[in-house]
Amino acid sequence: MIWIAVLAGSLGCALLKFAGYLVPGSVLDRPAVRIIAGLLPVAMLSALVVVQTFASGPGLQVDARLAGLAVAIVALLLRAPFLVVVLAAAVTAAVLRALT
Amino acid sequence: MGRTVDPWPSPRPEGSLVPPQDQPGEPALAAERSRAIRANALGIGLATGAYAISFGAISVASGLSLWQTQVLSLAMFTGASQFALVGILGSGGGILAAVITAWLLGARNGLYGLSMAGVLKVRSWRRLLAAQWTIDESTAMASGNQDHPAASRLAFWSTGLSIYVLWNLGTLLGALGASSLDDPARFGLDAAIPAGFIALLWPRLKDRSAWIVAGGGALVALTLTPIASPGVPVLASALVAVVVGTVMARSIRRRQP
Repeated sequence: MIWIAVLAGSLGCALLKFAGYLVPGSVLDRPAVRIIAGLLPVAMLSALVVVQTFASGPGLQVDARLAGLAVAIVALLLRAPFLVVVLAAAVTAAVLRALT
Repeated sequence: MGRTVDPWPSPRPEGSLVPPQDQPGEPALAAERSRAIRANALGIGLATGAYAISFGAISVASGLSLWQTQVLSLAMFTGASQFALVGILGSGGGILAAVITAWLLGARNGLYGLSMAGVLKVRSWRRLLAAQWTIDESTAMASGNQDHPAASRLAFWSTGLSIYVLWNLGTLLGALGASSLDDPARFGLDAAIPAGFIALLWPRLKDRSAWIVAGGGALVALTLTPIASPGVPVLASALVAVVVGTVMARSIRRRQP
């Protein structure tokens, strides 16, 4: 079942990339299309942040993940590279769980 | 280090991956600038390769096999979509929600392709390769060298190659590493997932409209999480981008005479 998601997701993303090279510019080159395509990742990544931080089964829950997120934001403010940001969050959550 | 990833040893062999850089009627590319572009490409490749390690680890921790993880990096090859797909599958979301979210996040690559098509002017199999390597970083590097057509093409191809190789290598390392852990949650890998998403979001929060859309998306997702099935809240947040984008496009049109 996971393979279906992996293959369908990959095929669609590859076709979207290729479409840019095939479709005549005028079809996609409208301000609304351009702005919306740029804003989609902003809305969805932001949604993914809160879902992955708070979702627990069907409900919401505050736990070590939130502390990890806070540390990640501090790391980003300090201009840390991506891997450091992710590691800092993981270590924070792991340490909190080991202590409590 | 530069030599191992240097995609075009000179003299360039016949049938090389890269179309001729100097086309008639265009200024030649200075050796110094071409070196700088390749060094930048390698730097970006190393940085994204490092974050591919976290993708590989998170993907395996979310329940995907090593091969499924690697196929995503080889075939999907667009970071936000890959992270979203494994994040949603890992949190119990449906296949349909995971796939559509990945597609929506990948839609911007189609627009990048639109502007890259004019810069690269590629045909046949090179066009397929160019499309596969059309992502945030390669497009940004090509646009950063817009003043010089040959520099722009070199920036695109060298960044694309460097990231493709190192992204896949990083994925493999991360996936192998996580496969050897018995309980990923104990190592805080579940907290690494939102950190990965915020790091992808961070550079996009450039202006007020981006902050509004991010806030709206988060609010929609938070509201829907307790009542909708997993994956749906993230999909629904796309509507915020559509609404705000439509309003913005309309106000731009109104301002024009």
